[in-house]
Amino acid sequence: MNILSLFVLIPLLMLLGLWIARNLNQVRGVMVAGSTLLLILSAYLTVSYIGLRNAGATDEMLFTDSISWYAPLHICYSVGVDGISVVMLLLSAIIVFTGTFASWKLQPLTKEYFLWFTLLSTGVFGFFISTDLFTMFMFYEVALIPMYLLIGVWGSGRKEYAAMKLTLMLMGGSAFLLIGILGIYYGAGAETMNVLEIANKYIPTEIQRIFFPAVFLGFGVLGALFPFHTWSPDGHASAPTAVSMLHAGVLMKLGGYGCFRVAMYLMPTGAAIWGDLFLILTTISVVYGAFSAVVQTDLKYINAYSSVSHCGLVLFALLMMTRVSATGAILQMLSHGLMTALFFALIGMIYGRTHTRDIRQLSGLMKIMPFLAVGYVIAGLANLGLPGLSGFIAEMTVFVGSFQHTDSFHRICTIIATTSIVITAVYILRVVGKILYGTCKNPEHLKLTDATWDERFAVICLIVAVAGLGLAPYWVSNVISSSVEPIISQLSF
Amino acid sequence: MDYTILILALPALSFLVLALAGMKMSHRVAGMLGTLSLGIVAVLSYMTAFSYFTAERTSEGVYPTLEPWNFEWLPFTSSLHIDMGILLDPISVMMLVVISTVSLMVHIYSFGYMKGEVGFQRYYAFLSLFTFSMLGLVVATNIFQMYVFWELVGVSSYLLIGFYYTKPEAIAASKKAFIVTRFADLGFLIGILIYGYYMNTFTFTPTEEQLMHAGMVLPWALGLMFVGGAGKSAMFPLHIWLPDAMEGPTPVSALIHAATMVVAGVYLVARMFPLFIGFAPNALHMVAYVGAFTAFYAAAVACAQSDIKRVLAFSTISQIGFMMVALGVCTAADPHEGGLGYMAGMFHLFTHAMFKALLFLGAGCIIHAVHSNEMETMGGLRKYMPITHITFLIACLAIAGIPPFSGFFSKDEILTACFQFSPVIGWVMTIIAGMTAFYMFRLYYGIFWGKENKELHEHHTPHESPLSMTFPLMFLALITLVAGFIPFGHYVSSNGHAYDIHLDWSVAGTSIVVAVIAIALATWMYAREKQPVAEMLAKRFSTLHRAAYRRFYMDEIWMFVTKRIIFRCISTPLAWFDRHVVDQFMNFMAWSTNAAGESAQPIQNGRIQSYTQWFLGGIVVLTIILLIF
Repeated sequence: MNILSLFVLIPLLMLLGLWIARNLNQVRGVMVAGSTLLLILSAYLTVSYIGLRNAGATDEMLFTDSISWYAPLHICYSVGVDGISVVMLLLSAIIVFTGTFASWKLQPLTKEYFLWFTLLSTGVFGFFISTDLFTMFMFYEVALIPMYLLIGVWGSGRKEYAAMKLTLMLMGGSAFLLIGILGIYYGAGAETMNVLEIANKYIPTEIQRIFFPAVFLGFGVLGALFPFHTWSPDGHASAPTAVSMLHAGVLMKLGGYGCFRVAMYLMPTGAAIWGDLFLILTTISVVYGAFSAVVQTDLKYINAYSSVSHCGLVLFALLMMTRVSATGAILQMLSHGLMTALFFALIGMIYGRTHTRDIRQLSGLMKIMPFLAVGYVIAGLANLGLPGLSGFIAEMTVFVGSFQHTDSFHRICTIIATTSIVITAVYILRVVGKILYGTCKNPEHLKLTDATWDERFAVICLIVAVAGLGLAPYWVSNVISSSVEPIISQLSF
Repeated sequence: MDYTILILALPALSFLVLALAGMKMSHRVAGMLGTLSLGIVAVLSYMTAFSYFTAERTSEGVYPTLEPWNFEWLPFTSSLHIDMGILLDPISVMMLVVISTVSLMVHIYSFGYMKGEVGFQRYYAFLSLFTFSMLGLVVATNIFQMYVFWELVGVSSYLLIGFYYTKPEAIAASKKAFIVTRFADLGFLIGILIYGYYMNTFTFTPTEEQLMHAGMVLPWALGLMFVGGAGKSAMFPLHIWLPDAMEGPTPVSALIHAATMVVAGVYLVARMFPLFIGFAPNALHMVAYVGAFTAFYAAAVACAQSDIKRVLAFSTISQIGFMMVALGVCTAADPHEGGLGYMAGMFHLFTHAMFKALLFLGAGCIIHAVHSNEMETMGGLRKYMPITHITFLIACLAIAGIPPFSGFFSKDEILTACFQFSPVIGWVMTIIAGMTAFYMFRLYYGIFWGKENKELHEHHTPHESPLSMTFPLMFLALITLVAGFIPFGHYVSSNGHAYDIHLDWSVAGTSIVVAVIAIALATWMYAREKQPVAEMLAKRFSTLHRAAYRRFYMDEIWMFVTKRIIFRCISTPLAWFDRHVVDQFMNFMAWSTNAAGESAQPIQNGRIQSYTQWFLGGIVVLTIILLIF
């Protein structure tokens, strides 16, 4: 059996286990066992992938496999990974693993919660291993729908509204996506759904002109492309901790990944035609998200807008279409996934104690919960791009790569985008100064306790990942950049 | 020279240990750990300097540039990549000595100064982090490594300014320092991007071909990099963060905001000097003008401040202005032909680091004794704190430019270089040097002479600090006494060849006379118990005095920009737009879908008659259409 299928099989077995589980301990047992297994598996996959590459494997995708599923439409269950999907799988496994610990004490309906959570992970893992357009789309939908229930049932605040809004907007995106996929399928001669095969086929320019924006927008909605990002602040604010983590950490990456792997890879001419327009939108996303974050008063809104800015940078870098910038985009996905998950985990833990996320009501938390506060500072520093943490290497790769573009319009956009590093510092330091420093003004808060062991474990795992990527970026960068090559070579004419 | 890696590794290691396990250690152990590792670093730095400067020069008569360590850290393309490594050349070796000396002194001093403070371990952890970053900055092998450590020193400075994180002023100051320097760093980053794009390299020494390729763009790249340098080195108008940064513990001010980090901008210009002089002389002269204006502005403000740390802060800004001017007035690479300023600037950097650290540490002792920063609470302290008094006086004489103290020699070289460039700049800088002498002695008399603050002394008699604090004072005072006689030009000069410093007595004489007059004036105005002249002047020129006291309203302008423009004019409307326009559009879509559904609903009313009506009506319409076509 193909190793990649395990990524779908394990979550399915976990679902079964959760279904059988009789009590809370069994539920936790299944979750910990399953997510640990996934983490080990993805680490093993990474190592063996690098091993194979070093041994001289030159195929675009490794570990490929294909089983015919519905022959008349050439739908197959085809899997395969390159460096980009390998790091994305690793990221997802880390987030699922830490998310499990971050929702350790979640009440009520713990079992049901984890069922949906696991189903969501199934979709995410399935999406990253698929190379068949239809299978990819199917897993994409599997990842989206549980979100509705997770927010609607276990959320906080205006949860029904947020859940509905998020689901409808993303579903609207997937309607475009489905049209786009069919367009690609028929445009390429209706012979195959496999991404790798379609890439070698000729799709007429006219078809690309119509269907590129459909696919790019469809995925772009999930990647928080301006002006289709407004589900993100409400959705994140209402979602329970681990769901925010998984959503901002992994699900939003599906958007960037899809834009790159499907829209740009298969329709390079379309990308050339529409590139500048979308580039302007993403440049707006980057700066607009950062400025909007400055005045927010809800911790989760700040992070949601910050995600708009950072995910905007992912799409921005992809549209620059140089090898370095695309590598930077993937690094930024990885880095943003890790640090935003860390952020949302910490916000959830703080919220769980203080029952407020309003920065005007929080102060002096450093004295009360030093562990969480220090974690928050580290997450903040990663977010504003401190060298030694993951944000820096991702942003620098994006900026250097984008500035390599020979067209001066692209370079001007790059300079505009770089201003976000200052604004990011403004909103991060504002929050840190307001909620962590100073003296605690609310006597109720003085009685609160610091993180428990499960919370500490989740936070430490994420910090180690953020710092690890930031301190030793060499191998990750290499793995990604060699896999970006074939896609970029499609894009350069 | 493989051991040089330890110079970076040890502080990094001690930071990690203190950050992870510091809270479990006693204060004593944590402090010893940090100090010990810094002690080893200092010894290694001296060894490096000794073996570097005693080694053979190359056949061209210059010290070789060594790279004992260099590895690729983050690859971009085959020619663009961030390397991490260690570069040894005269200025980086000199900086190693300066940083490790001052840092070691501050480590020792903090034992006494921070005794019993909450967060003592955290303090030492941050000191280690800062020292690591600063050392990494100066030994950078390429411009991007410099930027990496540049950001790290920024963050360590942020953490240390905000060390007393329960104090609102400290929080505001740390935030301001970080954001202002970050804004300047944006210029640095764009400069690097342009440099990288046109030169296709991040190294400091591009090839002829790469330089040809860059052509006219190079001055822009260098100018933008200087913006970053101006931010860190507190050049006008980006200096606003430095006076506020004095909210941090005083030893931190001595280390970061007087001796090391704030001269990073000077170091950056010196590092890029060959490119500046060869391809962007006009950008270099811009540096000189910015430096000269800053030196004047800060000296003027320093004359009116009452907080002793603020006086010292503005004095630092002014002195860094001197260094920038020195670099900026260079017109050639040969020290005999207009390149003297380079050596002078570096020399002043070296001497200034020592005596300014001394001044700050002395100020720390005083603050420790009287528990206040304000000059009016002091006065007549010379009887109580003899060691502090003498060492402070030595430093004041050095900064005022009185021989044989070190400041005289370095400042004299700067003035000589200025006069070679243009007499106007030369005279302007001489006058600013006179102002320096004036405000420093105003400070000196205000602290140690004048009226005693009897009221305060009744509760608590000021006393001399413990040895851990006075030892660094004495050590730095000793360096200040002898550093002027170092044949500095032998080691560091603009083209690397040995250069004999010789005093130009016409310049030196003038500057001594100006300094003595200024000191005499300060003595006349401030040494006595009553200060009628000073008060009269302050009254007569009250507008000017108030403006200078308020730092010419630069902070108000900064508040206006951040609060009004960024917060209120950009962010608030954008956030409103997002919620009320973009988001409402989405809600409108949802609403219109709903409304469409609602309006279609009455058709499905369940009555057979109405269905039949519609059915028949439809058939009639279809039939008519079919009949027509």
